[in-house]
Amino acid sequence: MPPIIRISGLTKTYASGFSALQGIDLDIQQGEIFALLGPNGAGKTTLISIICGISSPSEGSVLADGFDIVKDYRAARSKIGLVPQELCSDAFENVWSAVNFSRGLFGKPANPQYIEKLLRQLSLWDKKDAQMRELSGGMKRRVMIAKALSHEPDILFLDEPTAGVDVELRKDMWQMVRELREQGVTIILTTHYIEEAEEMADRIGVIRQGKILLVEEKQALMDKLGSKQLSIRLQQPISDIPAELAEFNLQLDQDGTNLSYCYDSRQEGNSIARLLRKLTKQGFEIRDLNSSESSLEDIFVSLVHEKEQ
Amino acid sequence: MNLYAIRAIYKFEMARTFRTLMQSIASPVLSTSLYFIVFGTAIGSRMGNIDGISYGAFIIPGLVMLSLLSESISNASFGIFFPKFSGTIYEVLSAPVSSMEIVIGYVGAAATKSVTLGLLILLTAQIFVDYHIQHPFWMLAFLILTAITFSLFGFIIGIWADDFQKLQVIPLMVVTPLTFLGGAFYSISMLPQPWQTLTLFNPVVYLISGFRWAFYGVADVNVAVSLGMTLVFLLICLTTVWWIFRTGYRIRS
Repeated sequence: MPPIIRISGLTKTYASGFSALQGIDLDIQQGEIFALLGPNGAGKTTLISIICGISSPSEGSVLADGFDIVKDYRAARSKIGLVPQELCSDAFENVWSAVNFSRGLFGKPANPQYIEKLLRQLSLWDKKDAQMRELSGGMKRRVMIAKALSHEPDILFLDEPTAGVDVELRKDMWQMVRELREQGVTIILTTHYIEEAEEMADRIGVIRQGKILLVEEKQALMDKLGSKQLSIRLQQPISDIPAELAEFNLQLDQDGTNLSYCYDSRQEGNSIARLLRKLTKQGFEIRDLNSSESSLEDIFVSLVHEKEQ
Repeated sequence: MNLYAIRAIYKFEMARTFRTLMQSIASPVLSTSLYFIVFGTAIGSRMGNIDGISYGAFIIPGLVMLSLLSESISNASFGIFFPKFSGTIYEVLSAPVSSMEIVIGYVGAAATKSVTLGLLILLTAQIFVDYHIQHPFWMLAFLILTAITFSLFGFIIGIWADDFQKLQVIPLMVVTPLTFLGGAFYSISMLPQPWQTLTLFNPVVYLISGFRWAFYGVADVNVAVSLGMTLVFLLICLTTVWWIFRTGYRIRS
């Protein structure tokens, strides 16, 4: 299946000379949740703005469902819904007309049944007559999502969907995004919360200083880059690590019952087996073993750090 | 043509008008009525006729123009400035609409509003002053053309302005003086030289003169010239708007 979004050689240089995007190539597959992860100012919002038509690209091209976003902007844009980072809305407009306005703007005939279903799905139905200024931040964000979905897009962009949102609402939001994906909507979200990417994404792209550093299946990324930690609890405390175990670079905790071993799952051969064999040979009795994976956050930090050097 | 989008923008803008009925309709009607009372009824009775028309009736076309120009500009400029200011413009920019459709929506709504206002002022004037309209078709034609032209002009100001002060400065510092000096309250033939010639560089003179001709059949400048000038301003504004969207000036970075 061809990618639903194909970005080729996309650059953006502002009049000031600042280069926000430096040759982005990226394919988004139909039906996936793609997380674009990067620190503030990495170019995430610029990239989204160009795809959605808010900014113009300097060079390169973007195809949305096969339509060029500049030449075939009508066809391309009608496939796309955008939830911007900023919660901006006309304060005095009510929810019902705001969402219907969006549908009309995107060239769709009125469909009150669909809008009602959408508002109910987002728990907004009882607020439909409320003015935007009366809503809480979380409710406003739901309205922005309803507006973005009002024209039944195939592709949904969520720019920092959970910035400044409490834990409860964040969980709801994740749930909602999963439901949307089940309905066949392709979702691209930007975030600088690793937790979010880790929780939701099928694939993750890391962007920094206007360049895509890598694109990877979430699981593959974690497997590939993740360093793991094995902690070994001993039956009897020891005072020093025996010299025979020096090659493993073990850490001993203060009370002498816990050994931790850090290893890189990329280079993991059979070092764990060797370590365990050696420990048994030395007569250590092992009480418990625990292995933990490093989080995406650790991966991200090490990756960004690595590229800096 | 994305007709749904035009309708959505138009409806949105008209809804905004109805939400602020006092400010957008009632207040300009009231302030223009004050002119009718002061200059038409009170002072006008002591003034001589101009071109055979009583002073109260003479100033009506000029006063309608005064409201029409300032309201067209302020409606249209605010209509596009505010989404830019609040950020809601993102939605219009990301929608499958052409620039022409955006302009038709915003400018159409602003012009509708100011034409309605102009007609309301004319109705109100009937209470204070006795007047007649010789060429109703041309009266409407000038009213609508001017409303569209100045709504376009307001749209341009709204896009150019990046703060509230800039939004106000052209209507207050340029358009209002030009209207007052454009023959709203006098015939330019009453001016001494060189003012009589200089005043011909004031574009509003042509608008007011043509509009007054539609009422009473008298004009400071030939009505064909007035119509021609109105169309020239319309064309200038259209070209500017076209340029704005082509280059993305101040809207699409």
